Amino acid sequence: MSATATPAPAKTEERIEHKGLLEVRGLCTYFKLSQGWVHAVEDVSFTIEKGESLGLAGESGCGKTTAALSILKLLPENGRIVSGDILFDGRNLTKRTEYGMSKIRWKEISMIFQGAMNALNPVQETGKQVAEPIMLHEGLSEAKALDRARELFELVGINPKRVMDYPHQLSGGMRQRAMIAMSLACNPKLVIGDEPTTALDVMVQAQILDLIARLRRELDLSFILISHDLSVMAETCDKGVIMYAGRVVESGTTEHLFRDARHPYTRQLIRAFPNIHERREMVSSIKGDPPNLLEPPPGCRFAPRCDERIAGCDEVDPAAVEVTPGHFVSCHLFKEAT
Amino acid sequence: MAGDEQLTAPAPSADRQVPVSGGPLDRRAPTEPGSTYTGGRVSTEDLATADVTDGVLFKIRDLEVYFPIHQSFVKSLVAPEKKYVKAVDHVSFDVRQGEILALVGESGCGKTTTGRAMLRLEDATGGHIYYKELPVERFSQKTLREYRKKAQIIFQDPYNSINPKQTIFDIVAEPLEVNGLVATEREKEERVVRAINEAGLRPAEEYLYRYPHELSGGQRQRVCIAGATVLDPDVIVADEPVASLDVSIRNDILKLMVEQKEKLGVTYVFITHDLSLAWVISDRIAVMYLGRIVEIGDTEEVVSNPKHPYTKALISVIPVPDPLAKHEHVILSGETPNPVDLPSGCRFHPRCPEAIDACSEIEPTDVHIGGTHYAACIRLT
Ligand SMILES: Nc1ncnc2c1ncn2[C@@H]1O[C@H](COP(=O)(O)OP(=O)(O)O)[C@@H](O)[C@H]1O
Ligand SMILES: Nc1ncnc2c1ncn2[C@@H]1O[C@H](COP(=O)(O)OP(=O)(O)O)[C@@H](O)[C@H]1O
Ligand code: SF4
Ligand SMILES: [Mg+2]
Ligand SMILES: [Mg+2]
Repeated sequence: MSATATPAPAKTEERIEHKGLLEVRGLCTYFKLSQGWVHAVEDVSFTIEKGESLGLAGESGCGKTTAALSILKLLPENGRIVSGDILFDGRNLTKRTEYGMSKIRWKEISMIFQGAMNALNPVQETGKQVAEPIMLHEGLSEAKALDRARELFELVGINPKRVMDYPHQLSGGMRQRAMIAMSLACNPKLVIGDEPTTALDVMVQAQILDLIARLRRELDLSFILISHDLSVMAETCDKGVIMYAGRVVESGTTEHLFRDARHPYTRQLIRAFPNIHERREMVSSIKGDPPNLLEPPPGCRFAPRCDERIAGCDEVDPAAVEVTPGHFVSCHLFKEAT
Repeated sequence: MAGDEQLTAPAPSADRQVPVSGGPLDRRAPTEPGSTYTGGRVSTEDLATADVTDGVLFKIRDLEVYFPIHQSFVKSLVAPEKKYVKAVDHVSFDVRQGEILALVGESGCGKTTTGRAMLRLEDATGGHIYYKELPVERFSQKTLREYRKKAQIIFQDPYNSINPKQTIFDIVAEPLEVNGLVATEREKEERVVRAINEAGLRPAEEYLYRYPHELSGGQRQRVCIAGATVLDPDVIVADEPVASLDVSIRNDILKLMVEQKEKLGVTYVFITHDLSLAWVISDRIAVMYLGRIVEIGDTEEVVSNPKHPYTKALISVIPVPDPLAKHEHVILSGETPNPVDLPSGCRFHPRCPEAIDACSEIEPTDVHIGGTHYAACIRLT
């Protein structure tokens, strides 16, 4: 993928050279409140390659949803991308107009929104809702779009006869399958799933994760899985990003993160999840609370809760350090491997 | 012994009437094997003098909670047979004093209904619940009020179960006042402060005059726990107490339950859809499927040596924080059906990966695996 050789998709647009299919570089997204700015996402960077699955994990409020909404530029009114670049398949999305973004959403990047399976319109047939982006973006008639919805239902394991069912006639698992069908409606390259299994029972969760894995293989999709559940990320993703209070504290392959975790926060967070195949022990909790993002602490955002803090942690923001190839840690305890 | 841990009972005949507890149709014998109680209505005195025998606080025997389905008039003409949601369908188990017993299973399997029936917040349509050998269904209204001081329940959503306009002090003091349990203001304050401290809000004085909205979700759940322990209960039914909490706070609440079991001797019935959390803190686990207990036993034994195909599948799909863990996932197809028209034979047979022909015909009874471990599957016999 060179900067100039590939023809630009939009007529005046030049292709930009960047890593992977999607590269998020130094993203900062804030929300305006009457008291000031909420620093929800601060200097977040990560890359996802074609066909790869990336987990974005951390406790609630750490900025996962905000990061995802920034990628699609679907932030709420008071939200603003204040700096950083979102580079997708040779284009800089941060520079795109709303019209330009409407060409990207659904067709190239789609999202399964957090809780959407429970927010379907109760008085409209599920299949029609799934067909909506198809009609909107591919200009198909309702009948044609519904045919496509039937195909998509089949693909995600729902009987196509059920396209005209209302949401309440479908089980929770089937509604989430319908949301997955909808995300695939316009053949995107990248799908972002925001807590896609959080409200589901463990067996249904296993079915959905299995479905996502199959679809990724069959359609050669890239997938960003957002989850507060590190175990789900460990089992389903190639790579992961651990966020804390708006920042990335550690990133790498899931093997790096779970077998060789370095950041004090990552290490504590992993121990908060039980491993039923290992010896039984009490799960640990992290003392204290995350900081107020209206006035985040000046140094490392985890410093006020960190047992291992050293001189400088309270004042200087730690930069990401590559401890082993592809494994990054933002903590003053670590120095660049030489 | 066999009766003690029996999981299942003979299937009800198809035309069986569903009696209303305490109503005119209730023709159940006042006594049952397993209980020494021989009287009629249970008085407050009976309750005050009752004691735990053999370390067993509750005996649940053949418990059945059916909810009638209200059909339209026309439909009832076409199909006059009355239908029921068989939320809890012949469930038997013991709760030992001082243990954490986990009731585990996917949503809709009957955990909440079982817990509510134990407190008689739901009337059983059949079977018995013995609390210290006394049949709960025969408690008079007055006895029931006394009983509910000893048996408390806490819920998933700490925000909906407390009054947002009351201070923490008033919320925790309310059960004491309602039950007329304290003689002086001073005594009330002492007990409230103690309960709040014991619930891990320390120092309690800092929380007394705050309002629920000033607290985090975890702190509100602690307030609910304080409101339950302030009455010095024997048992707390905790219905998904951590389901809406963040992981770190969740673990604090789990630790608190263990601490209260150990220090205050509180017995917990821990209702959870998350088997891995049950594994972390419970002494014993009962796994439910479609209104039945399919497997019960010591927690480590059930998890390391599950016998019922449902338990095996459930354990196999629990995600663990290790990308290199290579355990096979047994993913069941479909979803748990509604407990209205139950499958014949073993109710799990349509989804069971190990089913044989006989499974659709023979209703499994409990099979003793060893120790306190039982499972209800015909392939184990
Ligand atoms: N519209 C908004 N206005 C103000 N603050 C917001 C808004 N949306 C989210 N936030 C705040 O931004 C932070 C990150 O939120 P979010 O991205 O939803 O986290 P996560 O998805 O990891 O739970 C939180 O502190 C949250 O309260
Ligand atoms: N009051 C009620 N009326 C009718 N059906 C009910 C009632 N309460 C529960 N049920 C049904 O009984 C079954 C068991 O429910 P519940 O005990 O809440 O399960 P769980 O707590 O395991 O999720 C479900 O099918 C549920 O829909
Ligand atoms: S009795 Fe048959 S159907 Fe039921 S769990 Fe055992 S093997 Fe499966
Ligand atoms: Mg979110
Ligand atoms: Mg329940």
